[in-house]
Amino acid sequence: MSTTRKIAGAALAAALGVTTLSACGGDAEDKPAGGGDVPKSRTVTLVSHDSFNVTDSVLKEFEQQSGYTVKVLKSGDAGAALNQEILTKGTPRGDVFFGVDNTLLSRALDNGIFTPYEAKGLGEVKPEYVLDKEHRVTPVDSGDICVNYDKAYFADRKIAPPQTLDDLVKPEYKDLLVVENAATSSPGLGFMLATVGKYGEEGWKDYWSKLKANGVEVVDGWEQAYNERFSASAGGKKAKGDRPLVVSYASSPPVEVLYGEPQPAEAPTGVATGTCFRQIEFAGLLKGAKNEEGGKALVDFLISKKFQEDMPLQMFVNPVTKDAALPELFTKHGVVVEKPENVTPETIAKNREQWVKAWTALVVK
Amino acid sequence: MAVPLAFFGLFFAYPVAAIVGRGLKTDTGWQFGRLGEVLARPDIADVLWFTTWQALASTALTLLIALPGAYVFARLEFPGKQLLRAVVTVPFVLPTVVVGTAFLALLGRGGLLDELAGVRLDTTVWAILLAHVFFNYAVVVRTVGGLWSQLDPRQEEAARVLGAGRFAAWRRVILPALAPAVAAASLMVFLFTFSSFGVVLILGGPAYSTLEVEVYRQTAQLLDLSTAAVLTMVQFAAIGAILALHAWTVRRRETALRLVDPGRTAHRPRGWAQRTLLGGVLLTVGLLIVAPLAVLVERSFDTPGGYGLGFYRALQDTGAGGGTFLVPPLEAVGNSLRYALAATAIALLVGGLAAAALTRRGGRFVRGFDAMLMLPLGVSAVTVGFGFLITLDEPPLDLRTSWILVPLAQALVGVPFVVRTMLPVLRAVDGRLREAAAVLGASPLRAWREVDLPLVRRALLIAAGFAFAVSLGEFGATVFIARADRPTLPVAVARLLGRAGELNYGQAMALSTILMLVCAVSLLVLERLRPDKTSGEF
Repeated sequence: MSTTRKIAGAALAAALGVTTLSACGGDAEDKPAGGGDVPKSRTVTLVSHDSFNVTDSVLKEFEQQSGYTVKVLKSGDAGAALNQEILTKGTPRGDVFFGVDNTLLSRALDNGIFTPYEAKGLGEVKPEYVLDKEHRVTPVDSGDICVNYDKAYFADRKIAPPQTLDDLVKPEYKDLLVVENAATSSPGLGFMLATVGKYGEEGWKDYWSKLKANGVEVVDGWEQAYNERFSASAGGKKAKGDRPLVVSYASSPPVEVLYGEPQPAEAPTGVATGTCFRQIEFAGLLKGAKNEEGGKALVDFLISKKFQEDMPLQMFVNPVTKDAALPELFTKHGVVVEKPENVTPETIAKNREQWVKAWTALVVK
Repeated sequence: MAVPLAFFGLFFAYPVAAIVGRGLKTDTGWQFGRLGEVLARPDIADVLWFTTWQALASTALTLLIALPGAYVFARLEFPGKQLLRAVVTVPFVLPTVVVGTAFLALLGRGGLLDELAGVRLDTTVWAILLAHVFFNYAVVVRTVGGLWSQLDPRQEEAARVLGAGRFAAWRRVILPALAPAVAAASLMVFLFTFSSFGVVLILGGPAYSTLEVEVYRQTAQLLDLSTAAVLTMVQFAAIGAILALHAWTVRRRETALRLVDPGRTAHRPRGWAQRTLLGGVLLTVGLLIVAPLAVLVERSFDTPGGYGLGFYRALQDTGAGGGTFLVPPLEAVGNSLRYALAATAIALLVGGLAAAALTRRGGRFVRGFDAMLMLPLGVSAVTVGFGFLITLDEPPLDLRTSWILVPLAQALVGVPFVVRTMLPVLRAVDGRLREAAAVLGASPLRAWREVDLPLVRRALLIAAGFAFAVSLGEFGATVFIARADRPTLPVAVARLLGRAGELNYGQAMALSTILMLVCAVSLLVLERLRPDKTSGEF
């Protein structure tokens, strides 16, 4: 196939031409991959999903102490980011991947994208979060997907807000709940799993039939559910959202306080603590990482006290280590979910697709 | 010819073939049996049917609403025309998340329509269709209007003098001349709506699903590459059929037209018919395009303490309580502009060369090449993005973490626009002019500069505007590639909308407004760009 080689040669020339051409449009400080005056081993790359965040000064401190420069790549939502790592298995784009949660954990482990590494400080992590005994992944944070309610709505009508999954199918809460599509949205999936955890693999469909009869509304994603339909959010108020119950996160009320204009004394929203599914997010050292040593240091950093205490206000999740203190915003306006619903990663991996299909047929169609 | 071929081979054909191959090839060889299996599934059949009919309906509706607009923008002079032309292109760059918000404000519960007429269209197919018109209005107005404004009105007048009625003159003179541009615009609108993703998700609710949504789910969420591969092949087949149809309708090749300077063809509206038309078009644009945009602008100023600039001020810092970014959101404007400039440069280079090559030659091979250039419009961004991942992973082309991948991916979508806008005009250039120039001793380059350039300059600018707008608003591919430290505007908006809290919502609206402004201003600047030599006035 000499033609392919010719085309490839021409393509290369074109690509290089294009690179130089667009370099005029780009900025000079940004060097193409592989360039740069830092030797490879001094850069460590973290691949993650869109929600990853860290305070600049915290990251800088790690860079100074370890001598590594950290590069962060974000590539889509949690599912898409993980699948890209699975696709590029063996030649990863980075050294560490952060953001596999317990709903996707089995897929990640079965595809063998991680190298086992027991992080320094793992003893500080609460043992119930350490799901992989081989330490291919290290737990980094946890968060709860729960129904949020509009405090003012229920106070005005003198109705008690719902607290459990059983409450949601009662007639006094008819036509009040909006949920996300379990097929396309991570909180949507989490809420579906909460019902599977509570009512079992037999009973959850019956529950959803009742929920449907009780007027549950399904929209595509969290943004729409929360910003358009939920009556207590800023967007919802403007869009005349009329659903006082929404599937969101246990950390949403503190966020509403933090980003209130001006900050309110009390959160406008509350959490129904008996409707929750717990998500745990993990990080792992990627197989074939160019900078394995740097990667290990980065994983250690992710469960260090400094990072764990920075996380809540950056990603609105809870730390997993015993010694990390929660910021005041969380202790004051957040809730502690005592008994979140749970489904094991293996069970999720095995049934996820058929459950989502059944859910779609039942609720959406 | 070599450059566009290489560009497409490397950045489109190779990655897409690789990802489809990965889906269909297992250890036991090719799994073509998967084709039948997947297509036999009733849910897939439903998806296919819905995808096709909504795209056809959207295209028809867009043409119906936008063709009068194309005429008005081409032939009538009215105050604020330049500005309005830029405004109608703005929807094109808005992230679908934002458009969804705007449209719900218009069609949803308590929206404008609900207040006025008590009608709610959200979660109906009408919302999807209208949003498609909103997005694609500019495509028709710019491609058809661009050519229309350069048709010599004297031909029409001559027909009238020779006794043809107004309608006959239009049908015999204008319509044949416009046909290629109308066909090109319909094709683009169809391809866009056929591969519609965000609009369908947000406005249609979860009950409606298109092929594109299904490909995304199978690839990005389920990693079921074989099903995704089959669906991608179905997409290819559908687009192939559409392109064949397109080629058949435009079988009568673009003829050489008498093109004149657009400044001379437009005039103030005369008579009641033209005035009514102008009024009607302005009303449509006002309701369908300006109103949703105005809602967003209004919300960006609507702070809890009354109207003000609070949200805009908040954009300047990364946020003490925890920023969504490693850089202030405002820096996203700079990133977006830089990417868009690079993408436009690439798209113009590749698309311009391709269009030139297509004008010079005929034959089956060239027609195939023309069709190939259109394919990226109908292939899902996730397919291309994931294809990049598994192909561009070896030095010297390990571009997976390079910033250049963003403009490259965006240019891929921009090139078809450049080709479709340039081609009708390039083909309409009378070859004898070039020959005359050559006889008079001009070198080919000089002949091109003196003959072609003045005539195609306008098309070139329109094409650049499209490529720029596409790049500004592109979200699908960018979200997979964008580096954390340099988010583009749409990515930044999506991240802000992805968090709770009043301030985040307000900032998202403010950033969307800035995105609109950046787009409108860039387009206005492009429209005004005139090389210092006005040799094109003749």
